[in-house]
Order: sequence, then C-alpha cells, then structure tokens
Amino acid sequence: MQVEKFYYDNKIVKAFGYATVIFAVVGMLAGLWAAIQIYAPSTSLNLAATTFGRIRPLHTNAIIFAFVGNCIFTGVYYSLQRLCKTRMYSDTLSWIHFWGWQLIIAAAAITLLMGYTTGKEYAELEWPIDIAITLVWVVFGINMFGTILKRREKHLYVAIWFYIATWVTVAMLHIVNSLAIPVTFMKSYTWYAGVQDALVQWWYGHNAVAFFLTTPILGLMYYFLPKAANRPVYSYRLSIIHFWSLIFIYIWAGPHHLLYTALPDWAQSLGTVFSIMLIFPSWGGMLNGLFTLRGVWDKVREEPVLKFMVVAITCYGMATLEGPLLSLKNISAIAHYTDWIVAHVHVGGLGWNGFMAFAMLYYLVPKMWGTQLYSKKLANNHFWLGTIGIILYAVPLYWAGFSQSLMWKTFTPEGQLKFQFLETVTNIIPMYVSRSVGGGLYLVGAIIMVYNLAKTIKSGSFIANEAAEAAPLHKEVKAHGPRHWHTWIERRPMAMLVVSLIVVAIGGILEMMPTFLVKSNVPTIASVKPYTPLELQGRDIYVREGCYTCHSQMIRPFRDEVARYGEYSKAGEFVYDHPFQWGSKRTGPDLARLGGKYPDSWHFNHMFDPTSMSPGSVMPAYPWLLDNNLDTASTRKKITVMQKLGVPYPAGFEHKANEDLMQQANSIAESLKKDKIETPAHKEIVALIAYLQRIGKDIKLSETASN
Amino acid sequence: MKFINYLEKISGVDIYALSSFAIFFLFFLGVLVWLFKADKNKINEISRIPLDNQD
Repeated sequence: MQVEKFYYDNKIVKAFGYATVIFAVVGMLAGLWAAIQIYAPSTSLNLAATTFGRIRPLHTNAIIFAFVGNCIFTGVYYSLQRLCKTRMYSDTLSWIHFWGWQLIIAAAAITLLMGYTTGKEYAELEWPIDIAITLVWVVFGINMFGTILKRREKHLYVAIWFYIATWVTVAMLHIVNSLAIPVTFMKSYTWYAGVQDALVQWWYGHNAVAFFLTTPILGLMYYFLPKAANRPVYSYRLSIIHFWSLIFIYIWAGPHHLLYTALPDWAQSLGTVFSIMLIFPSWGGMLNGLFTLRGVWDKVREEPVLKFMVVAITCYGMATLEGPLLSLKNISAIAHYTDWIVAHVHVGGLGWNGFMAFAMLYYLVPKMWGTQLYSKKLANNHFWLGTIGIILYAVPLYWAGFSQSLMWKTFTPEGQLKFQFLETVTNIIPMYVSRSVGGGLYLVGAIIMVYNLAKTIKSGSFIANEAAEAAPLHKEVKAHGPRHWHTWIERRPMAMLVVSLIVVAIGGILEMMPTFLVKSNVPTIASVKPYTPLELQGRDIYVREGCYTCHSQMIRPFRDEVARYGEYSKAGEFVYDHPFQWGSKRTGPDLARLGGKYPDSWHFNHMFDPTSMSPGSVMPAYPWLLDNNLDTASTRKKITVMQKLGVPYPAGFEHKANEDLMQQANSIAESLKKDKIETPAHKEIVALIAYLQRIGKDIKLSETASN
Repeated sequence: MKFINYLEKISGVDIYALSSFAIFFLFFLGVLVWLFKADKNKINEISRIPLDNQD
C-alpha cells in the first residue's frame, strides 16, 4: 500500500481566521453601540446612517455572517482537510470563496448603513447581494464536496455530516426566503406577503439559527473538542441519532416566533410541539460534548481552550432548554417582544458561538504557527471577563423582560391599564445600562484575545503548507465483519447530501404548503385595501429606517393588549404587506392600530424630536425626513411590481400613481398647515405620515367579514 | 402569482405531505434499529478518526 505525500493548506485557514477576529471586534462594537443607543439615543449622532434602526441590522449581520460565518469557514477548511486526509479540492476556489465572502460583507456594511434593506430580519441584504451570497455558497459547496470526493479516509466522520447538512440547508433557506421581485438595483419586494411572509421568514430565521449558528458549530465541536482533550467523542451512536433528529426537527420550530400572532393555530401548535421535541437532540449534542471530557476534567482546569468549550457547550444546553420552554404558548405570552428574548439570543450567541470561536482560535493559532500560546494567563483573563460579561448581559435582561411584561399586563382595581408604555421602558433603563457593561466586558475580553494571538503569531513561524501522508482509498472495499447500515451512507457523501436535503425539506414543505394551498388559512377581509402610492412610499421609508427593530405591528388577543392598542390583529389585514412588518421587539409601543390615533402634526413633531411629544422617550430623532425629498420617480415601478405580486391595483393605475400621491400629499400638507406646521408636500415626512395614519385602519369591529 | 392557484389543481395533493412524513419516520426508525445492531469496534475506530492524525 503506497503512502501518498501531500500538504494541508493552512494559508486559507489563516485568512478566514484573521477575518473571524476582525469581524468579531467589529460586530461586537456595533452591538455595544446599539445597546448604548437604547438608553442614550443622542449617541446615534442624529445621522441617518448611525441610528439604531440601521446599526442593529449591521450588528446582527456582522455577527452572524461576518464573525460566525468566517469562523465556520476557518474551522471547516482546517478540519475537513484533516478528516478527509487530503488538501482542499481547489486552492483557486478556496480564495474565490474567501474574497467573495469578504466582498459580500463589505457590501452589506455599506448598503445596510445607507438604508438599503428588505426589512426582513437576518435577511436584510438586498437582491444583488443575495445573488452574490448564492454564488459564493455554491463555490464553497463545490470546494467542500470536491474535497470529500477526493478523500483518503473512507468514513465520513460526524463533523462532516454536520457540514454537509449545513451547506444544503442554508442553500435551501437562503433561496426560498430571498425570493423577491426587484424594483431598482437596491430595492425589491418579497414574493410573499403578510402571514405567508411571516411564516417563510421565521422558517428561515429559526433555521438560520439552526443551520448557521448551530449545526456547523456542532461539527466544529466534534472535531476540536476531541483534539483539544485528546479523547474520542463520548458516543458515536449518540452523534448519529442526534444528527438526524436535529436536522429533521429543527426545521419545524420556526412558528414558535409567531405564537399568539395572526398565524393559523395549527401552524403555531406544530411549532411548539416540535420545539419541545428539539430538547432531546440538542441535549444529545451537549451531553456528548461534556461527557467526552470524562476523565480529563483536570485538564479543563489547566487549558483555556477546554474552559471556553465547557462554558460554550453549557450555554448551548441552557439556550436549547430555554428556547423550547419559550416556545410554550403560556411562556411566549410573557416573553415575546421583551428583552427576555434578547437575553436568550445572547446566551446562545455570546456563550455558544462566541466561546466556541475563541476556543477554536486559541487552539488553531499556536498549532499553525508551530508555537505555544503567548500567555495562558491572558487567555484565562479573557475567559473570566467573557463569562462575567455573559452573566451581566443576560441576567439584567431576564429581569427587564419579565418585569416589563408584567407591567404591560397590570390593571388597576378599576380595570384600567396601570402603566403607560413609556413608564415600562424607563423602569428598565438600569438593566439596559448593565447589559451594555456586560457586553463591554465581553468585548474587552475579545480584545485581550486579539493581543494574545498577535503576540503568539509574532513568536512563531507560520506553517503555510503542512506536510502529511496517507494511503489512497481502495476502489473495492472488503467487508470487515458485520457492517451497520449507517456506514453505507457515510461512504456516499452525495447520498448523504441528497438525503439530508430531503429530510430538511420535508418540514418546510409540510408547514408552508398548506398556507399557500388552503384558502381559509388566510381569511380575506373585504374592507382591507391596498396601500395608496403615497402610503406605499411611506411604508418603504418605515422599512428603510428599520422601525420594525423597535416597534411591533401585531396585537395579540390578550386583554391588556386590546386595552392598550385596540382590536387584535387579524391575518387578513396583512395580505398586501410586502414584506410583513410584525416586528420582534417592543422597545417602543406596538403600532398595529396607529392609524388615526394622533393628528398629522403629532407625527411630524414626534419624528423630528420624539421627546417633544413623549417626554423621556428613548426613541432617536429623524430630522432628515423633514429635509429629504420623496423619491417619486420610483412610484410607477413600485406599483407595477406590486401588481405583479398580485396586489389588486387597477390596470393602468401605475401611470396615475404619482398624481394620486401628490393629491394625498397636498392634503396632508394642508392639515399640517392648520396646526401651524409649514412643509412642502414632497418631503419624506409627509409620505411616512400617510403610512402611519393608515396602519390598522381598514378594519372596524362591526365590518369584519371573511370570503 | 398565488401558490394556491397552482397547487389546488393537483388532485389529492396532501398525499405528498403524508408520504414525505412517513418516509422520514420510517427512515429514522431504520437508523435506530441498525445502530443498535452495529459492530462496536467499527464505531470506536470511526470515533477516533480526528485523533489518529499526526497533526
């Protein structure tokens, strides 16, 4: 048996590793800034590009796609070569992948700050960037599968199945959720509307968590933990079982983001049931990871890499118990729209994703530079700062979320709501401050890591191409005793790919198809009409400014919500909403029945300076809306695309749209004049006011009818 | 543009949903059965793949 000599490519791992570290710091800085803005809104600098509504998506995209994305590629490129005992299939594809991804990140940063957004969480990037993501993802896939096909190790170790499932599912999720019709180069309307858009969005959103933030990192865990502990995984059987059950069950969990909303009941229940079932495969992964350390817990005390992994896996276990519990309707009733959800996200994000990334970097850098870590002491300091940071982040937000929710639901003995919305916000400002301290500590820890790694790199010498040797695969495989079923598929990566795709697709199709198929799932309401051209332009401004990051538009059928906001939201009200804007968080009040609540002048003053209408408000100011001219050149195209999407504007209406728009704008300018506000009718603020005055007005209690 | 216009034209379309669920369920049961009949040594060997490298 001739042994073949070859080299592992460490250069590409180094490149992705540097990108991981850079975007860790960038993403955390954006997060810290966003966190500070909530209690100190003036730190938005009163510029459009740096308001919370734009910084928040910058933070989420930077952390998820730039930080964790590059972390995944670092770990996959390192581990896949060694698990397959071969160099990557194509160095050229490796570099196209690397530079392509970084260019996408640059495009994201620029476009998000400029306000080009689809208005869908974690899918904000507009269609040209979506196409770029698809192309780069395909390049990654070809490189990954090419490597697997030319491997010298016939069995696919468990980490590789996770990588395959990740690749397949992310491709499916991204393509389906990004389906849209372009209006201009940087603007599109999503193919879906209202309830369907909500379901597709959260099928995507939850599975972005599952297949971008969880499965690839589980894959990394299954490689780096055994390497760092020098022990095999506790139970290979368990890894097979939890892999298949995880990838099947996770897909169905999406509706747990939509409990007590206008989503059909059967879909909500499916989401809850499958989320509870998800505890088992998730904890299977956690236990497999922790039990791998049986007998080496003394090593954990010495090695920072292992410390980070233990906390990471524990936070994973915590978040994957908390998540399913939050999916119970009675708990969601309390937690939804509050900071409890933000806490939950960050236990997973800071604990699982962050700490696994740090562990991997602390492991890889000394290895690839042929040296020891510069300072174990600094790494330990980082560990403690990070851990305390996570606690200072999450615990105050648990308190804030729970107490705010209870305050919302409190009635006086006479049956009135006890607290104004703003009081519930002011009450939790101290928790917001503490949260930003926690996040700040976490960031300081990360910066210490950057210093430590830099010193390590300086003291070592980079091994760009690591020599290795292994025997090539036999074409004929002789059976060694009884082979189990699973070895069949482990040796057939393409089959693994196809079967994984089928498995994950089943959940999506089963949940989404019926809403498209059965008319009665989305009852139409006769009085609900399409937005006027001016309102449509105003809605696009609402989306652009990211208003949905602080305001929900979905009143749940609870006594306190109906008392505070008005009639609860019905599915049929949103049939023309491309995209839906139900929101996930109430930093500010729900806006679903805002139409007609306040005069036009109130909105004008409020957008210019929120504290003038709501003393003590933490909402940032939007003065540029009063100065910017409305882009009426886009009106005709917008109406045409809406018509293509099935919104029943009359034929030929697109040619009269601007006329209609100016008429409505002039009448708003008139009403503002009556309240002593002078503004030209063609300013953006007028369009936004038109939209705000329309929200939720179409239904009145007596007129609700279904077709 | 609405999906319902296309899907309702397929008679008995729910058979796709039911059969896909059945396929997965039976597949999963199959995986479980075979797992517990598997050769222990093979499994140990596979779990040591990351550790057997010189790197």
